[in-house]
Amino acid sequence: MRDTSQNGPLLKVRNLDVSVRDKKGHEYKIVDDISFDVQPGEVIALIGESGSGKTTISLGCMGYTRPGCYITGGTVNLDGTQVLDQSLPKLQELRGKEITYVAQSAAASFNSAMTIDAQVIEIPVITGAMSREAALAKAEKLYSDLELPDPGSIGKRYPHQVSGGQLQRLMAAMAMISDPRLLILDEPTTALDVTTQIEVLASFKKLIKDNNTAAIYVTHDLSLVAQVADHILVLKNGQMVEYGTTEQIISDPQHEYTQALMAAAHLMPDEIHAAPPVIQPEPPLLQVKGVTAGYGTQQEIIALRDIDLAIHAGETVGVIGESGSGKTTLGRLISGLMVPKSGGVFLDGNALAPGVQQRSRAELQQIQFAFQMADVALNPRQRLNKILSRPMMFYQGFKQAEATKEVARLLERVGLPTEFAWRFPPELSGGQRQRVNLARALAAKPRLIICDEITSALDTIVAQQILDLLEDLQDELGLSYMFITHDIATVSKISERIAVMRHGRILAQGPVDQVLSPPCHEYTQLLLNSVPEMRTDWLDEAVIERRKLVAALDGI
Amino acid sequence: MSIFEILGQRLIIGLGTLLFVSVLVFLGTEILPGDVAHAILGQGATPELVEQVRERLGLNEPLHVRYFVWLTNFVSGDFGTSLANGADIGTEIGRRASNTILLALSTALISVPLAVALGLMAAVKPGGMVDRTITSASLALISFPDFLVAVVLVTIFAIKLRWLPAIASIRPSYELLDWVRILILPVTALSFTILAHMVRMTRSAVLNVLASPAIEMAILKGVPRKRLLLRHALPNALGPIINVVALNLAYLISGVVVIETLFNFPGLGRYMVEAVTNRDVPIVQTCAMIFCSFYVVLNMSADILSILANPRVRYKK
Repeated sequence: MRDTSQNGPLLKVRNLDVSVRDKKGHEYKIVDDISFDVQPGEVIALIGESGSGKTTISLGCMGYTRPGCYITGGTVNLDGTQVLDQSLPKLQELRGKEITYVAQSAAASFNSAMTIDAQVIEIPVITGAMSREAALAKAEKLYSDLELPDPGSIGKRYPHQVSGGQLQRLMAAMAMISDPRLLILDEPTTALDVTTQIEVLASFKKLIKDNNTAAIYVTHDLSLVAQVADHILVLKNGQMVEYGTTEQIISDPQHEYTQALMAAAHLMPDEIHAAPPVIQPEPPLLQVKGVTAGYGTQQEIIALRDIDLAIHAGETVGVIGESGSGKTTLGRLISGLMVPKSGGVFLDGNALAPGVQQRSRAELQQIQFAFQMADVALNPRQRLNKILSRPMMFYQGFKQAEATKEVARLLERVGLPTEFAWRFPPELSGGQRQRVNLARALAAKPRLIICDEITSALDTIVAQQILDLLEDLQDELGLSYMFITHDIATVSKISERIAVMRHGRILAQGPVDQVLSPPCHEYTQLLLNSVPEMRTDWLDEAVIERRKLVAALDGI
Repeated sequence: MSIFEILGQRLIIGLGTLLFVSVLVFLGTEILPGDVAHAILGQGATPELVEQVRERLGLNEPLHVRYFVWLTNFVSGDFGTSLANGADIGTEIGRRASNTILLALSTALISVPLAVALGLMAAVKPGGMVDRTITSASLALISFPDFLVAVVLVTIFAIKLRWLPAIASIRPSYELLDWVRILILPVTALSFTILAHMVRMTRSAVLNVLASPAIEMAILKGVPRKRLLLRHALPNALGPIINVVALNLAYLISGVVVIETLFNFPGLGRYMVEAVTNRDVPIVQTCAMIFCSFYVVLNMSADILSILANPRVRYKK
């Protein structure tokens, strides 16, 4: 029934409006007058920060809105079919066959109670489009096209039995099983480790190209999308800011917002600035000596091996690694949330008690922790004033009245209006909450703040603002940071020294320019190789390079 | 931890709980006021006779000796004889227990599927007419104690309408239809009290799952509504549902005490109530132990089932 004779665009979106209705019945638009076309076989990228409406638009193309949202205007035309006018059974048919979806987190989006095969072949089998055997054979072919290990049997497993990168590819197989005409990819690599990301991205690109499928690629990362998209549509607050070919957007962005996105992209700086070598006073502010630690009752599952690390006053030390490398565990160990099996932590040359309960208040005050998820770390039912004055009263013996005055000063310091003291965390945006999270650590007047992935959950532009704030605070207060991240581009911009971690060991450490310039460790090279570059031919080269490096690393 | 280790652990915990319960039951009946020997002898109790009876019953042994004798007898299936009439407790229990199990099982077979179905129906469209009717009705039911529900049912259907018998006495000549007739009212009364809790829990567990990204994905895949609920949402909500079902079935076993007494139904519950009035301690102990064992076994099975319902436990990485 596929009509290939038609030459017009495959998908025509015209003046799409999506609104949210709150409890009082007020409506406000979150997608405002969006129009674009997708030609057959073309990949168009929707790019913007969270809240820009990019996911809402892509879901709207499938005639779906999340609870509380309503499509209030416009049309979506898929090759002559008015998607928004279809009944639910018709929509279900469209969604299974013509337009398919790859979600951001495959780990959350696969049904944990069904095998992967059962989910991949579900739609063609229940609609009768394919026999079970044919669908399984097709799935197996897709698995092998996507370069999944063991294509014959991987589908018999349950979602929790395969890795995140594999799941994301399996979800692409699920989307492609019915040979859709339009594929929607919603941040499909955001939840993955950087080194896994490029493999997955490369296999998506190949899949789309080989099947000549049109795709809408939703992301906040301009440098990634440059690798796969033909056209880019830049969104802000639900409105279109700029539209153009990928070449034009990355080489000659017109709108200042696009330029800001470009500036904040996760790119390696052209030149890694190295701090002028200074003789640091001994002993350092903080020193980790010969630490081995693990989880389990006997600490038998080793997470850290023979760690030596020093952080001097006024310095930023970046700790970089992928998930499972032990970087967060190291932060927890330094702050006393975890106890070493052997070795110790020293503050100004004096041994610190291993556990947080045995440390004195003065010791605790020196080292503060800023958690990754500000929305989880801040009590949603306490006003900022209470959240921020507690550490002041606890560590500095302030009375509530003094603390309240100090909170106002602190809020100003982290770039928030002073009247925010009377708000609750859920009323704040993600970036604002992360500022409060930092302010909470600052309220103790520490000398070292352990920042655990504090910019990872933020949009690129907001993340850049937080990094700027960190630097300002350091200049003013002489703070030291231990900056834990998986993002080598970010860490190379703000650290004086870095440590590269893998499988619980520090593979390399030293001044940032030395560690990151050749000759460097193969793993460091692999991390560097995984940082996207803003040119359209980067991906193919990176994938080849990656294979070589992984082979070399496996040999170690 | 392998699945067998987990199951073994649950079994050991279950047995430990039972042992602890047996101590409580024994001590509990021990501190009941009144002396058994006096109770048996009644008016004709002389100090010598009382002493003889105490000796015969082993009541002069120290507490822990009596406990172990009682426990070993209980475990080997020897429940002793009734103090009141000397009848063998085991035989009587067997007869009564089958009646009670019939009552409880009929209630479970009707109310569990009904509760899950109603909970699912309510979860299809939260805030809709169906949901509001089901939730408010179940809220109303949960607020009424079972004896009140039973009395109201009897007043309407037995006394005013005269459709069903008010008293559930059993005769050996009863056919299936007679059984159904006498069971309808007690089963309905029992169902009402346990239904509400299970409906509400099913609804909230399913709603929780329906809000997950996995369900959004299934919707975007074009999975039809019915399949979405039954194949995608329900299996993921099984854990909490199994637990609340087990809790309610356990409650059912003790709930029968009240309902059996009200309907004069010759089951375990009424047997125990009668024994309490007669101070027939061995019967009270045995019934209490049986009720407690039901509780423990049901909760343990719920634990094990909800572990097994999770593929993360069934299939290791």
